[in-house]
Amino acid sequence: MDLISQEKLEHMTSMEKIRLILDKVKTGRIVVLESGLTPDEEVRLIEMTMTEIRVDEFSGIEIESYPSRKESSSFLDRILGKGFKRRMTVIGPANQLRTVEKDQYQISTKVSVGD
Amino acid sequence: MDVFKSIRMGLGSWLNRIFGKRRAKIGIYGPPNAGKTTLANRIVNDWSGDGAVVGTVSNIPHETRRAVRKEGLLINSNGSTIQLDIVDTPGMATKIDFREFMAFGMSEDEAKKRAKEATEGVIEAIKWLDDLDGVLLVMDSTEDPYTQVNVTVIGNMEARGLPLLIIANKVDLPNSAPSRIRAAFPQHPMVEISALEGKHLDVLYDAIALNFG
Repeated sequence: MDLISQEKLEHMTSMEKIRLILDKVKTGRIVVLESGLTPDEEVRLIEMTMTEIRVDEFSGIEIESYPSRKESSSFLDRILGKGFKRRMTVIGPANQLRTVEKDQYQISTKVSVGD
Repeated sequence: MDVFKSIRMGLGSWLNRIFGKRRAKIGIYGPPNAGKTTLANRIVNDWSGDGAVVGTVSNIPHETRRAVRKEGLLINSNGSTIQLDIVDTPGMATKIDFREFMAFGMSEDEAKKRAKEATEGVIEAIKWLDDLDGVLLVMDSTEDPYTQVNVTVIGNMEARGLPLLIIANKVDLPNSAPSRIRAAFPQHPMVEISALEGKHLDVLYDAIALNFG
């Protein structure tokens, strides 16, 4: 399992983050992002995951993040679509990570080894 | 998303709200088997008058694997009229395993073909997000609402400043619990319907006119 700090994520582009996550998950690692991804990065991660699904090799990812939480934001932030706090996210191979329960405050997952 | 695109979409959304745009392109989103195509068929049947259907429905996930657009539906509700382009999108998912389809009796070849088409469908649904004025997010009210598909679609609509209406579908089923959806996403409007039985669709059309008009 790899826990990636907010500091590291802040210095990466969206594409670098997505590539890092997919490379790790495809080798069976669970990735925990301290500050999560933006909504746009999340959807691009799903998009790229779909292009990399292969029969009997990689069936996709399990990704879990909390629902967004609004931060106080300026008029300009709202125009730019900003003002939402990024929250911790866990991502793993679909055949190894399974979400047991999730709510606004807690994510419970089950990890199987050796599938 | 680049800054200029964000500015364009954000400004567009504000201007639409200020000047009351009366035509909107609305995407129907949600996880597989939430009832998106059943709802799309209902809306089109109610307002096009030509008896057309948007797509076939099935209990096998990812029945819809290509987005289908139906243009120019005039919806009259509560004294206001809105012209809608409805886009029925394939179910969004983060994983697709062909073995899931074989459990429904498909051959291995059929299941693999469906899985391949389903991955393309998810990509198509994501691409459509860049070209919409709002979203109807369909959730199965018998299921846990905290799925990543729901969280991601809602997060994207919030970030883009676009209107979102949550549809708590399947309230005809005895184990439905739309209150769980309302508690999970209290910041967004929600209507409780049964697309299959046509229950509470008048409430849905009022909400569409209110939120997208």
